[in-house]
Amino acid sequence: MTTTATMVWLIIGCALVTWLPRIIPFMFVRSVKLPEVVLKWLSFIPICILSALVIENLLDTENGKIVTLNWPVFITFVPTLMIALVTKSLSITVVAGVIIMAAVRFFM
Amino acid sequence: MTSTTDFQNETVNTPDDSFLQGVKDCIPTLLGYISIGLAFGVVGSASGLSVLEIALLTILIYAGSAQFIFCALLLTNSPASAIIVTIFVVNLRHLLMSLTLAPHFTRYSMLRNVGFGTLLTDETFGVAVTKQMQTGKLYGKWMDGLNITAYSFWIVSCVTGAYLGQWVANPEKWGLDFALIAMFVALLVLQLSSVGKSKIMHYLMLIGYMFVIMYGLSYIVPSHVAVLLSTMIVATIGVVTDK
Repeated sequence: MTTTATMVWLIIGCALVTWLPRIIPFMFVRSVKLPEVVLKWLSFIPICILSALVIENLLDTENGKIVTLNWPVFITFVPTLMIALVTKSLSITVVAGVIIMAAVRFFM
Repeated sequence: MTSTTDFQNETVNTPDDSFLQGVKDCIPTLLGYISIGLAFGVVGSASGLSVLEIALLTILIYAGSAQFIFCALLLTNSPASAIIVTIFVVNLRHLLMSLTLAPHFTRYSMLRNVGFGTLLTDETFGVAVTKQMQTGKLYGKWMDGLNITAYSFWIVSCVTGAYLGQWVANPEKWGLDFALIAMFVALLVLQLSSVGKSKIMHYLMLIGYMFVIMYGLSYIVPSHVAVLLSTMIVATIGVVTDK
C-alpha cells in the first residue's frame, strides 16, 4: 500500500481533466438556454456515440496496414444484435453476448 | 425526504423517479463494470501500481478506458504532461454526453448537477438516454441511484482485481470483455425501437455514416479520437438531413 507524491499529483491531474468535461455542461446549461439547432444536434448524439462505441470494437486497427473487421468480435456481434432485437432486454443481451464470445474464443 | 423544489417538479409516487428504481436499472450494466473492473485491477498491478494507487485511480478518475491508457502510458515511461493530455482527449466524449443529459436536469440545484456530471460514464449515459427516450423525463433521485450503484461496483471490482492480481485467469478468455459491447448493442437497439417509424430510416442511415467515417478515421487517428470526431460529424449530418 504505497505511493509517491509524484504519482498522487499525476492521478489528481488526470482526475481534473476527466472531471471538468463531465461537469461543465451540467453547470452552464442551467443558466444558458440552448438554441433549437444545438438541441437538435444533441438529440443525435446518443445514437452516434453508442454506435461509435460498438464500431470501435468491431474494427481491428492493430494488425497490418489495412483496417479490417475484428472477426471474433464481429461473429459474436451478429447473434448478439439478433438477441437484442428480439428480446429488447439489456440483461439477456449482455449475458448471451458474454457466453457467445466465450464460445467463439474457445472454438477459434 | 423530498425537498420542496423537488416536490413541485416531481410526481412522488411514480416508479421512475425513485433511487431504488435507479439501482434496479443499473443492474444489467453491472456485469460490464465487474468484469472490466476486475480486469483493470489485474492490469494495474501487472503495470506495477500498488493497491492504493489503483484505488486512487479508480475513485478519482472513474473511467475505464482512461484508466487502462494510464497504465499503458506509465509502462512506456511517458512524461506526466503527455499522460494528462491523452487522458483528457480519451475522455472528451463525456463532454458530449454531459451536454446531452444536462438539459433534462436544469430544475435541480447546481450542486446536484455537479453530482450527476461527476459520476457520468458511458454506461450510465446509455441507460439514462434510453430511459429519457422511453419515459420522456429524467429524475434526480433515479439518476443518483443509477450513478452511485455503478460507482460502488466499479470501485469494489477494481480493488478486488488489484488484490487478486495474477491469480485471476485472463478475463477475455471467458468473453467478459464483450459485456460492454453487448450492452452498447442493446442500448442502441432500445434507442432505435423508441424512435418513431418515420425517423428510423434516418437513424439507420446515420449509423451507416458512422461506420464509414469511423472506418476512414481509423487510418489517421487513434480510435478514441475517431469516436469523438465521427460522433460530431454524423450528428451534424443528422441535423442537416433531418426533415
